[in-house]
Amino acid sequence: MERVLWQPTAELETLKARAQFLQAIRDFFHQRNVFEVDTPLLCHGVATDPFLHAFSVHCAQLEHPRYLQTSPEYAMKRLVAAGSGPIYYLGKAFRKGEVGTLHNPEFTMLEWYRPHWDHLQLIKEVETLMQIMIGCPAAEIKTYHDIFAENYGINPHLATIAELQSIAIKEAWINSDDFSDLDRDGWLDLILTHGIEPTLGQNHPTVITDYPASQASLAKVRTINGPQPYQVAERFEFYLNGIELANGYHELACAIEQRQRFEQDLIKRKALGLSDLPIDHYLLSALSAGFPACAGVALGVDRLFMLKRQERNIAKVLPFAWKIA
Amino acid sequence: MATYSTNEFRSGLKIMQDGDPCTILENEFVKPGKGQAFNRTKFRNLKTGRVLERTFKSGDTVEAADVMDVEMQYLYHDGEHWHFMDPQSYEQHEINALVVSDAAKWLKEQDVCIVTLWNGAPLGVAPPNFVILKITETDPGLRGDTSGGGGKAATLETGAVVRVPLFLQIGESIKVDTRTGQYVSRAKE
Repeated sequence: MERVLWQPTAELETLKARAQFLQAIRDFFHQRNVFEVDTPLLCHGVATDPFLHAFSVHCAQLEHPRYLQTSPEYAMKRLVAAGSGPIYYLGKAFRKGEVGTLHNPEFTMLEWYRPHWDHLQLIKEVETLMQIMIGCPAAEIKTYHDIFAENYGINPHLATIAELQSIAIKEAWINSDDFSDLDRDGWLDLILTHGIEPTLGQNHPTVITDYPASQASLAKVRTINGPQPYQVAERFEFYLNGIELANGYHELACAIEQRQRFEQDLIKRKALGLSDLPIDHYLLSALSAGFPACAGVALGVDRLFMLKRQERNIAKVLPFAWKIA
Repeated sequence: MATYSTNEFRSGLKIMQDGDPCTILENEFVKPGKGQAFNRTKFRNLKTGRVLERTFKSGDTVEAADVMDVEMQYLYHDGEHWHFMDPQSYEQHEINALVVSDAAKWLKEQDVCIVTLWNGAPLGVAPPNFVILKITETDPGLRGDTSGGGGKAATLETGAVVRVPLFLQIGESIKVDTRTGQYVSRAKE
């Protein structure tokens, strides 16, 4: 007789509440005339971000592998380019290697696109959704510059690697000779995750905007003028109780610049010793055909539901967490 | 050299840090959605007992520590060393006071303990969770008092001092929880 722990990682009562939660999200978008799209999960291309790892799936009849999507972004943008108007996706996304109390390699993502909106308009809508779903107060908006300046007195857009490194050593997160191969964004990520994130969104959601241009991903970039001008990405993140909940962009619409970013990602992937990935020509063709000004955001549904249920481990809101899936 | 990737990190895993064997106590995966992933770990240095924190880049590897817990029978104390025997191989180990540490006051000849070995050399000794020891010294106390309230100090045959109920007398054996140092019950021998 087989005897292993087979029972769900979430209480059945939690799963019933989860069903209502998903229904309430669908109601929210139905009322706003945003229609649901269930885009494909096994695609030719996938996000090229060096720190997102996609599962590749070998298909017997095909020469190249397909990739389980790390987010429905590319397919949804092709729909927007085709003139869909506002759309949302509520379903699974996959990220290899991400396991922890806030991470499950297979997770539920809510992603939506608002043609003709900018990221500031979309921030208001994310805020409204969160207030309806978990009853949190209004959000405060801070720039990426503000949170680093307030906590460590530096300008993250201009600080040198040596300055960032000295903060990490002073805080005793690392030894003085650790991470010699970490780049500038890596050091920023270290300080953000260790020193800043835990303090964000303590009583109300905190929205971080204007990320370093080097972390633009698929967002538009603009220049901040001053004695030392620098570029920022029109990208935002929502935090509540120190937990990152949503990531949004004022979307880059230029196919040429998008191609350059893909190519930069692939160079960085190669330097990190990561597998090569195809460039998604369907997306680039769709952008070339004419993509409207647009804002989009992806939200981690499991995490939002964790906050609603006051759970500290993502396993407690999933029918079967990764370990026993 | 055996290594572990951060993906394998879990509490209880034995790794080398700064030349010393350590055991992982906590491991937290942190990652900004699009950014670099890290493992924030808390571990205990098995030589010094100190608890340390350190961050690794996810995917990095660290040297594994060859640390094993082995059941061994405590034989005798020669005044300087404590002698143990592996009942499987009959191999004997003499262990110094620094390694035996607080376990010394619970060690009774013939008892089976857990000896932690690092590269084959003793690193620590854990006594059995429960030991039965004879009272060698205690105040006479009051006969007939079986309530267990109050209590008194009693010195045991190994030198440990525990609080026991008033009715217990010199020469009687008691069961003690070595993890808390507390009296559990009277024992018949």
